Amino acid sequence: MTQTTEAPAPGIGGRAGAGAVPAPRATTFAKALNAALADAMEADAAVLMFGEDVGPLGGVFRITDGLTARFGEERCFDTPLAEAGIMGMAVGMAMNGMKPVVEMQFDAFAYPAFEQVVSHVAKMPNRTKGKVRLPIVIRIPYAGGIGGVEHHCDSSEAYYAHTPGLTVLAPATVRDAYFMLREAIASPDPVVFLEPKKLYWSKEEVDLAELRRTFDDGEAPRRIGRAVVARPGTDATLISYGPSVPTALAAAAAAAEEGRSIEVIDLRSIVPFDDETVCASVRRTGRAVVVAEAPGFASVASEIVARVQERCFHSLAAPVLRVTGFDIPYPSPKLEHFYLPSVDRILDAVDDLQWEDRP
Amino acid sequence: MGGAPGGTPSTAAHALLPSVDPVQLVDPDGHASHDERYPLPDGRRLLDAYGRLVAGRRINDQANALVRQGRLAVYPSSHGQEACQVAAAVVLGEEDWLFPTYRDTVAVITRGVDPLEVLTLLRGDWHAGYDPYEHRVATQATPLATQLLHAVGVAHAAKLRGESTVVLAMCGDGATSEGDFHEALNFAAVFHVPVVFFIQNNEFAISVPLKNQTVAPSLAHKAIGYGMPGERVDGNDLAALLAVLGAAVDRARDGGGPSLVEAHTYRMQAHTNADDATRYRSADDVERWVPKDPIVRMRAYLRGLDLLTDEGERILADEADVVAAAIRAGLNTEVDVNPQELFEYVYTEKTSQLREQAALLREELERDADAAAAGTGGSMEGDQR
Repeated sequence: MTQTTEAPAPGIGGRAGAGAVPAPRATTFAKALNAALADAMEADAAVLMFGEDVGPLGGVFRITDGLTARFGEERCFDTPLAEAGIMGMAVGMAMNGMKPVVEMQFDAFAYPAFEQVVSHVAKMPNRTKGKVRLPIVIRIPYAGGIGGVEHHCDSSEAYYAHTPGLTVLAPATVRDAYFMLREAIASPDPVVFLEPKKLYWSKEEVDLAELRRTFDDGEAPRRIGRAVVARPGTDATLISYGPSVPTALAAAAAAAEEGRSIEVIDLRSIVPFDDETVCASVRRTGRAVVVAEAPGFASVASEIVARVQERCFHSLAAPVLRVTGFDIPYPSPKLEHFYLPSVDRILDAVDDLQWEDRP
Repeated sequence: MGGAPGGTPSTAAHALLPSVDPVQLVDPDGHASHDERYPLPDGRRLLDAYGRLVAGRRINDQANALVRQGRLAVYPSSHGQEACQVAAAVVLGEEDWLFPTYRDTVAVITRGVDPLEVLTLLRGDWHAGYDPYEHRVATQATPLATQLLHAVGVAHAAKLRGESTVVLAMCGDGATSEGDFHEALNFAAVFHVPVVFFIQNNEFAISVPLKNQTVAPSLAHKAIGYGMPGERVDGNDLAALLAVLGAAVDRARDGGGPSLVEAHTYRMQAHTNADDATRYRSADDVERWVPKDPIVRMRAYLRGLDLLTDEGERILADEADVVAAAIRAGLNTEVDVNPQELFEYVYTEKTSQLREQAALLREELERDADAAAAGTGGSMEGDQR
């Protein structure tokens, strides 16, 4: 084909099974988040965790399990049921030296806090010329695929990604869940941390003590603003993040059986966006499909398509396509499988990448 | 006050209710009255606060004039409310925090922030012109009631660290209808943090009168629903404001938790220069408040005690003129704005996207500068292409 195909950068591909750790154990995504919170609270007395049901219950998904018992109710506590209150109080606590981590319980429950997030959390550092920094982490159990009833499965990333001043992260692996939450808590900037609910029970063989040591020693590669090649390939690139990454990887595996080598990019960080890794991949492969669960109209997926075509136009052998949710409110549990990007839908999009037109 | 239809409130609940009439220690004619709960502040303290009142009025007048001259984009005047402004600032200690709204410029200046830095927001060179940590004054809040929650957070953090900080958070009557107002009061009460919520009830939210805002007996009555005491005070009585707010601050500092103070005052001028107040209230309505002016009243009281003389008044007026002159001179000087700063403070470290955009703007500016340096030739050349 036309453009040169560079080999994938060494050391960033093939995460599955990579990095042999001393005592690997099956660890869930949820457990990794819990460990990241506990380790961050252990490392820095300014880190606090609060929200609805995060105390003795340990959160509805048990992400804060045991934190109150271990750190006391001044460090991990339940608030009245009021999301704007949680968010606004976090602003004041951050202004006064704390590093609040708040849980919004469910994606669509975070909307009452939206004014606080967009008008204050995002803007305060800028409006004060950096005098006031707000090192807040807003944890949002996010997106669908768990059979949840309405208002429990929204993909809200575009609202936050559209708001300058916010860092927006969505991990897809157990290892990233740990490192990215630690990195988010350490960030001096406010971070919207989107936790794909359907991945909470996914497992990887990792040793949490080893992850802790790696992070504390500063040896973990930075993840904010850095996408990663989750699976190397040469024929087309699937660009994805958060809950859609496993689906994209499954599609790439299926495509391999049909003889197509598909690269999968896991963005990890939606804002800042890693143009470099994404565009390097698309320039290698010449074809791209963006896979995301949110409705496609005016979405993060739309933004990625625009960026790729602006930067990689002369490398493209086909239009950049999207596989997203439909432009409808998130459907009921028995209908959600019609809505979510599926392996088949992704493979259909890959098939549509004008292969026959290729000279 | 009439008992609730459902039965007689318990003594404890009763203690949370405000006084039947707003607390008043000096009447509009300048005569002191006795209130066993709130001792009259001593004369020296009142004289000092009176000087700040005079300066506050002068700042309001000067800022209004600068709007007319196009030097300020807008100015929400606190004319008539200066007693609230001064009291809110002077009842706080150095370790305390003040959370003001956009109308509370005089309170912020009284707290010690440089007037020119305070007016940055309204002048238009940046959103917040002062360092909130320098005098422990939060940025002036434009969205209503959101800052009350920030105040709760600052107080909660201070409490966790065992500091004696008290936070005084200001809002207007309109803000009491916002959800954040209620969440802030509830959070403050549940976490028992040292916050004094201070409502300046000036009877209008832009054009909407208080009766369209609430049918509660008073805004101070809202406190009981959250389990904190509420109090009403004559918002044009500097002495009563100092006494009531001072007591609320002391109570918070002593571990008594939050409280709510409602000052009954009046917005003598329009919401801002963009507002036409004649559409929603008559000149007669406004005139009725003229005799209640906080400055006239305190002057009469202090003169009655011989604490204020002609000479003293002249000195205070001169001092106010100095402040006004500094504001005038500062705002008549053009400020250099640096367009590259647009990208500086969005994130601690600029994203690659912001670096690209900053470079784009820099190129545009350099091109413009080159064209300007080349004189008309630059644009001619452009036209020929």
